[in-house]
Amino acid sequence: MTVYFMCIVLLTMGLYCLVAKKNIVKKILGIVIMDYAVNLYIIIVGYKTGGVAPIIEPNMPAATLERFVDPLTQALVLTSIVIGLGVLSLMVAMCIRLYEKHGTFDMSVISKLRG
Amino acid sequence: MENITPQLYALLVFMIVGSIVAIETRNLLSAVISVAAVGFALSVAFLFLGAPDIAITQLVVEVLVLIILIRGTILLDNTAVESHRDTLAVVTSLIFFGLVLGFGAMIFGGRGFPEFGEPLMRVSRVYVHTGLPATYCANIVSSVILDFRAYDTMGEATVLFTSILGALALLRKDGKRKEEEVVAA
Repeated sequence: MTVYFMCIVLLTMGLYCLVAKKNIVKKILGIVIMDYAVNLYIIIVGYKTGGVAPIIEPNMPAATLERFVDPLTQALVLTSIVIGLGVLSLMVAMCIRLYEKHGTFDMSVISKLRG
Repeated sequence: MENITPQLYALLVFMIVGSIVAIETRNLLSAVISVAAVGFALSVAFLFLGAPDIAITQLVVEVLVLIILIRGTILLDNTAVESHRDTLAVVTSLIFFGLVLGFGAMIFGGRGFPEFGEPLMRVSRVYVHTGLPATYCANIVSSVILDFRAYDTMGEATVLFTSILGALALLRKDGKRKEEEVVAA
């Protein structure tokens, strides 16, 4: 249970960084940290004690199939990681564009400029 | 198989400390590199949790994230945003994040949720047992991604394509309006 709780701590720290920081790059880093926390949480939910990676080897005893960790969560997280990269590139592109237009990363200055 | 819980706790503590450094440091480059350290620790944690495919993907994606973020930060403006700290906002957000933490612990740590190390695996049991005969793929994760749940992967490719398209549209050098202005001038 403590493992779940530490994942939620990581998620909350990312949320704090996203909401309370003024710098746009810091906000992006908060989203990245939340992404990591959620991915790790889903993988931990699918972990089985004494589990092995779900890869079938030749001449493997049939009992090993019961020791596999959950392959479904791993497949979903694999999708999620790649989508996280795409979303991050879009956010950084917006960030670069805002800097070219306003000359600063400060959120409060940008909202005052009414650009 | 040995017990992996101590290693997992050590990696999680490292990730939390790295995140604190990334959130609170003033230099943007230090923050970006701290987040990259958190990502590499996450990759090692995936290895311990029996997910080598995810670990490899996380490693590759982490390097790309580092490159993209450094391009976005250090080449433009590495100075920290110097502004007065809004104490009331920080205190209020900390209180509310404490509430989020408490309710999250109640929901995900309470009864009815699977304990750590005992997954449900109602759907996955079918995948594990029929993966090799049905798809001829020894790696069950690959067979789930590319065969059992191929529509998910198609949606992922769509999202990835759309986001890259959006980034390219945002970053292109000469927009349409600029061309018209040049012609008008």
